[in-house]
Amino acid sequence: MKILSINDLNSLRKRAQQALALREESSDQTSEMCCGLATGAEHLQVLCCGGTGCKASNSHKIVDNLKAAIEENGIADKVDVITTGCFGFCEKGPIVKIIPDNTFYTQVKPEDAAEIVKEHIIGGRRVERLLYVDPKTKQTVSDSKHMDFYRKQMRIALRNCGLIDPENIEEYIARDGYQGIANALINQTPEEVIDIIKASGLRGRGGAGFPTGMKWGFARGYESDEKYVVCNADEGDPGAFMDRSIMEGDPNSVIEAMTVCGYCINAHKGLIYIRAEYPLAVHRLKIAIQQAREYGLLGKNILGTDFDFDIEIRYGAGAFVCGEETALIHSMEGKRGEPTLKPPFPAEAGYNMKPTNVNNVETLANVPIILTKGADWFASIGTEKSKGTKVFALAGKINNVGLIEVPMGTTLREIIYDIGGGVKNDKEFKAVQTGGPSGGCLTAKHLDTPIDYEHLAASGSMMGSGGMIVMDEDDCMVSVAKFYLEFTVDESCGKCTPCRIGNKRLLEILTRITEGKGTMEDLEHLKVLSETIKDTALCGLGQTSPNPVLSTINNFWDEYVEHVKQHTCRAKQCKALVTYSIDPAKCKGCGACARKCPGNAILGDMRKPHIINPYDCIRCGICKSTCRFDAISIY
Amino acid sequence: MEEKNMINLTIDKHEVCVPAGTMLLDAAKTVGISIPTLCHIDLEGTCVKNTPASCRLCVVEVEGRRNLAPACATRVTPGMVVHTNSARVIRARKTVAELMLSDHPNDCLTCPKCSDCELQRLVMRFNIRKMPYNGGEQSERKQELTPAITRNMEKCVYCRRCESVCNNVQSVGVLSAIRRGFNTTIAPTFDQMFTDTNCTYCGQCVAVCPTGALTEHDYTNQLMDDLTNPDKVVVAQPAPAVRVALGEEFGMKPGTIVTGKLATALRDLGFDYVFDTDFAADLTIMEEGAEILQRLNKFLAGDKDVKLPIMTSCCPAWVNFYEHEFPDLLEYPSSAKSPAQMFGAVAKTYWAEKMGIPREKLVVVSVMPCLAKKYECGRDEFKVDGNPDVDYSISTRELGRLIKRANIDFTNLPDSDFDSPLGESTGAGAIFANTGGVMEAALRTVYEVHTGKTLPHIEFNNVRGLDGIREAEIDLNGFTLRVCVAHTLSNARKVMEMLRAGKLNYHVVEVMACPGGCIGGAGQPYHHGNIEILKARAAAVYREDEGKALRKSHENPDIQKLYKDFLGEPLSEKAHHLLHTHYFDKSIH
Amino acid sequence: MKKQEIKLACTVVQQVEEICDKHGNKPGELINVLHECQALHGYLPEEMQRIIARKLGIPASKVYGVVTFYSFFTMTPKGKHPISVCLGTACYVRGSERLLEEIKRILNIEVGETTEDGKFSLDCLRCVGACGLAPVVMIGEHVYGRLEVKDVRKILEDVAAQD
Repeated sequence: MKILSINDLNSLRKRAQQALALREESSDQTSEMCCGLATGAEHLQVLCCGGTGCKASNSHKIVDNLKAAIEENGIADKVDVITTGCFGFCEKGPIVKIIPDNTFYTQVKPEDAAEIVKEHIIGGRRVERLLYVDPKTKQTVSDSKHMDFYRKQMRIALRNCGLIDPENIEEYIARDGYQGIANALINQTPEEVIDIIKASGLRGRGGAGFPTGMKWGFARGYESDEKYVVCNADEGDPGAFMDRSIMEGDPNSVIEAMTVCGYCINAHKGLIYIRAEYPLAVHRLKIAIQQAREYGLLGKNILGTDFDFDIEIRYGAGAFVCGEETALIHSMEGKRGEPTLKPPFPAEAGYNMKPTNVNNVETLANVPIILTKGADWFASIGTEKSKGTKVFALAGKINNVGLIEVPMGTTLREIIYDIGGGVKNDKEFKAVQTGGPSGGCLTAKHLDTPIDYEHLAASGSMMGSGGMIVMDEDDCMVSVAKFYLEFTVDESCGKCTPCRIGNKRLLEILTRITEGKGTMEDLEHLKVLSETIKDTALCGLGQTSPNPVLSTINNFWDEYVEHVKQHTCRAKQCKALVTYSIDPAKCKGCGACARKCPGNAILGDMRKPHIINPYDCIRCGICKSTCRFDAISIY
Repeated sequence: MEEKNMINLTIDKHEVCVPAGTMLLDAAKTVGISIPTLCHIDLEGTCVKNTPASCRLCVVEVEGRRNLAPACATRVTPGMVVHTNSARVIRARKTVAELMLSDHPNDCLTCPKCSDCELQRLVMRFNIRKMPYNGGEQSERKQELTPAITRNMEKCVYCRRCESVCNNVQSVGVLSAIRRGFNTTIAPTFDQMFTDTNCTYCGQCVAVCPTGALTEHDYTNQLMDDLTNPDKVVVAQPAPAVRVALGEEFGMKPGTIVTGKLATALRDLGFDYVFDTDFAADLTIMEEGAEILQRLNKFLAGDKDVKLPIMTSCCPAWVNFYEHEFPDLLEYPSSAKSPAQMFGAVAKTYWAEKMGIPREKLVVVSVMPCLAKKYECGRDEFKVDGNPDVDYSISTRELGRLIKRANIDFTNLPDSDFDSPLGESTGAGAIFANTGGVMEAALRTVYEVHTGKTLPHIEFNNVRGLDGIREAEIDLNGFTLRVCVAHTLSNARKVMEMLRAGKLNYHVVEVMACPGGCIGGAGQPYHHGNIEILKARAAAVYREDEGKALRKSHENPDIQKLYKDFLGEPLSEKAHHLLHTHYFDKSIH
Repeated sequence: MKKQEIKLACTVVQQVEEICDKHGNKPGELINVLHECQALHGYLPEEMQRIIARKLGIPASKVYGVVTFYSFFTMTPKGKHPISVCLGTACYVRGSERLLEEIKRILNIEVGETTEDGKFSLDCLRCVGACGLAPVVMIGEHVYGRLEVKDVRKILEDVAAQD
């Protein structure tokens, strides 16, 4: 059914809102009561996370089993099961949420489905063992509102993720979806819309933080018969998956924002460049595009106006550098994804040499709500120069791995300790890496730094796309730098000399250091090379690629020197620099380790303490994980 | 409108005023600052252009900019303050060059490109005395020796000039960047050998390669062996383009004509007879001109099946190109062999018989501006019982090296003449070296033979110049002959695609694969991106023509004698047998 | 010059041509075409690239240049059970490199290789987005999460036993 006017859209919204009312209302309240059909509830909804992370833990089977159990109990008319996008709390996934009482079940297995239906949905009794246990208070917490993980979050870009069914455009419309484009098309000039985006202070969430409204303004300024709106969904930072979650959980927000951008810059064609490694996101986007076309929200004469806009999907093919906008454009043109020098910027000569505006997914996801809630509302959130919120993918040695969204200006300490629940296994916090391969490591002294574009850059890191990896005392910072360099060397397109050869040499030097073969001269070379690469590389990837080296050199110089001078690795991570040994007092002589040792390096008679021959030991660590008596130590 | 604006900026201590859109590199040139470059090449006026801004050796410091800017691709902006020689710039350039050396064999002393290598020159210029990043992994690169081109990709600096010319200038598309990251390299299709691809051996990749990664197949050692072998009679035939470029190998001004010194040097090297490919160029005009007239006459007589336009077939890279890409159109090119092959065929029959030299004792060596000629003389159809008409071909550069090796002080050599009878030539033969030259030479003869009148103006200025495709109309007794001249294979492709589509409305087409024609051949002294060198050579070619007593091929007395004594007349059976060839479908699909 | 031997089945050739036609034989569609052809055939042999080049009117060298640029494209057939070890940062700091070493040791292959029996091939990838389950290994479509080195052998044996 085509929506031919803003009135059509509004009546559809009203109807759709009724279907969503249960969720909308209950999200504002938390009831201590548990609602079941037996305890007076008339209608229940079961939300199950259908994001890639939870799907990997069989959440789709949970849905199947829930549906089967509901069917079996003959209550299908009273209970809906809805697959949503990511709730963010991936550490505790798969997640199942019961509406209206907002019960938040964690780490649910397919076999738990029958119990949830029987106990909770029918019986009105919570399944206690599936509730979240606060690691500090050791108390169960039944709803997400009372979890530290969610308390300090503010979900704008992720506003619909984990709430609506991403495969049903009406649920997006119910959440004021397509109001922004409707209002823009009917009541605002493109310039007015661009002014709103400018006034909101929205900046690019893909890395560099360029003001979005200005970018649109540039693209509008170039006259051409054809223009393009490109959504950069080539999320490649290892450990960052916010764009994927948005596309999986709220694909229509991206489609609406691209249409708005098309209206603003006078483009009629949108292209989404998405990683081929994201099949679920592709699937959801395709459904959303199809539905938007059916509803007249894409295609000819959108909402009955004379504005035409449609979107196509283009696939990446496994090249990190294609996140760089010129490389992305070349890739979409069917070429090798090599960056070219800017200027000319894509706004002047982009896809097929036509003016092109490229925005990343998270940036776009902010646009519709800015249009409905206003620039002032958005600009009131965040810091002076960084407005709104930022989504971070919190991972590494942290208790609460997941996707979080916080206002700009939140400190690292709040993110790591309050939202993230602190460092895993009560180890000591050492560093947090932000900005992916282009970013740097921040240390304990940066914990109270407010997170925004300026502060992160001043601390030697960058916002990047929002990966945030927590490291503890067991992480060797030289190895971390090496890890990122391995990534860059793998992903360098090879076009310019400093990135192609320079990063390779940086990696070789770092490898030497982790093998105990580094010299103090090597450390000097690391600095000179890093500065040169930063100064001379062609594209953003190359220019930022030495950041992990420079930031670890700045913050952990002692560790580098230790590797070189004392041939030691304090984190015991550099294989060549550690020795495995057996504590004769603890060893029972069971021989389990000797049998597993791939190098036949463990010697000894049965029931007598064994020893490790350091010359044959390949430091694989299998003995340590095999020993039941904790007799093997590394020093 | 923007282009007309002038921009003021500061480069080092100089106030500079240049048109908007100018790159910093060119802006600096206006005040005598020569910023080092490596990947950049722009043979202005031709389509030879490569500006990837990827070597990063031309970086300069622009005040207010976070990182350094590549001068070759950074446009001037008003009020810009640029430092081309700051400590930061010097350090960065040096480090980038050191990085290049860390993935390079550094066997400069024995490298064929030694002293002509652009990387080597920059390393000297940057005063690099150590290679601090050496000792690491070397990227994965292949080596190959084809009959024409030597490929040693270990020496590649990934400037991608070769890829640009192979694709944009020649449209052959054999070379492409492959893989990514550290092991990125330029390789022929599927990382195969050139010999397995549709490479035309035009050698323009060699002409632009800044290092020793792409060079010619060197035949100088084989030639030295033959010259010192008392059982061999060795005959030289230098091409028209060699005499206007060889001097550059000895520091002479580009465009210096060294025809007389060339003959002396060849003799001093020990060649038994020094003849001239210019003679064979005149012979080519006799055959090709006759073929043009034959097809035209058939056409004028109403023959609908006659293949027009007739296309020149002197250029061996062009022959390879149409055999690979246009096998359906093989009946259009003239069947005339190239002048060098005509020479070989005549030398090893007419002349050898006359002199009583057995074929196996006679070694015919061509000195060519061309690398495809090296491939051409190995073609089976140009051999008699396995013995080639032209034994092998050396380039202008190889000849320069031989002369130096033989202790010959070239610049002070006296002039001498070519030997008779295969040494006499006209101005028509001389202009074969330039794009449009074969056409002009053919027109001089075709006009006079067809009309029976003397040409009022011997020079056909419409077919001269550097435009990619040029056309002219000539009145032949009321019949308007439409001709077209194309140089570079991408222009040839345009012409051929029009032909295939039935939209080509010419009677005669000349094609030369190299920019500027043979003067820009891949065997010539390296131009290093300086178009003035090619222009000076082209002008010298026309001077050579003007200086000749005879300027029309059919007036060459030795050619007339050759027909009288041996061949009979153009297109005779004997001429066909010796001077014409046929083409093969060599398409890869 | 050597002529290319025809190795692909006629039906495959026809399907590849159809894929190109479907995309209007536009050079800009090269990457989409390669994706579909790889999905069709499992990998992109030389001959297939030549067909695509001819259909799209671009040099085969450029097709090869693109195929070798993107890690997603492969010119060698993958194993029946392709293994991908995630080396994204989250998995890395939780020890995925050790998993990789163990898989290499057990299967006796390097990254990018296929076992002799054709059962397994080994690759690395960067982030499947299941960071909550780090470290993860994908075998075929299935994601194995929260793995430890000692789990690896059992999983490989179980997968091999499925055949």
